[in-house]
Amino acid sequence: MKDVGFIALSYVLTLGSMALFAVVTVRRARSLSRTIPDRDKPWL
Amino acid sequence: MTTITTPTTSRSTSTTATRVLGTVALVLMAWVVVSGLFLTPADVVQLESVRIMYVHVPSAWIAYLAFVTTAVASAISLFRRHRSLGFDRVAGASAEVGVLFMAITLVTGSLWGRLTWGTFWQWDPRLTTTAFLFVTYVGYLAIRRLDGTPRQRARRSAILALLAVLEIPLVHFSVVLWRSLHQEASVLNTDGDVRLDGLMLFTLFSGVIAFSAAFAWFVVHRQRVAAMEDLRLTSGLDVALAERRAEAIPS
Repeated sequence: MKDVGFIALSYVLTLGSMALFAVVTVRRARSLSRTIPDRDKPWL
Repeated sequence: MTTITTPTTSRSTSTTATRVLGTVALVLMAWVVVSGLFLTPADVVQLESVRIMYVHVPSAWIAYLAFVTTAVASAISLFRRHRSLGFDRVAGASAEVGVLFMAITLVTGSLWGRLTWGTFWQWDPRLTTTAFLFVTYVGYLAIRRLDGTPRQRARRSAILALLAVLEIPLVHFSVVLWRSLHQEASVLNTDGDVRLDGLMLFTLFSGVIAFSAAFAWFVVHRQRVAAMEDLRLTSGLDVALAERRAEAIPS
């Protein structure tokens, strides 16, 4: 049972931290995009 | 007509290509979770705790990949100065993602160590050099946030990145160079003998591909965010300079 908890925690922490990084990045991107004209975004 | 580089919304850093990449990463990640937790067999020695390997090992490999990417992008940025700051932003974005994956490696390794060694931490050569690598790149990210223009930032952080990447061989071969509690590599070992069951190996490589796709997605988005931050910084400096010049002109 102890093993199950540690294994589950490993997966939750791994996927959770990646999801958090993705959410923070996308939120920052959306926030900045509002202040930058589209002509200054070379990926568009 | 939609092309591969057409943005899905004018306010976003995403394009059709990054959405496809993100979807691939999510699907593969789901497979790794299902296979790693439910389909693969337990190990004869480590029993169920071996399931941590499917997130721990890919995290470590992707952290290495991220730091090597940072070094290569930094070298291009440093030695080909006529180019834009794009490579410097890729270096910074890749280092951020590398620090994330290195942190995951340390935490999952600590949990795995508690199950197999009976302790969360030991000042063992592999663990110590990995922690040192992590701290070095946290320092690299701190250096990137020092005051200065984007070009000054690019030069000083590129030099540090080219020095920091030299730690990676030390970390990887620490288990061979010194007596270590950490096991030697099961796949990338020196004798070429892969010591893993077929499904275990397949799941491990699926994890590497899934994490690689996630790494690429993170770096693309993060360097676009950095481009917008630089633009805002330089336009802010231009406005401040114009205001100072206007003040200096006698009315």
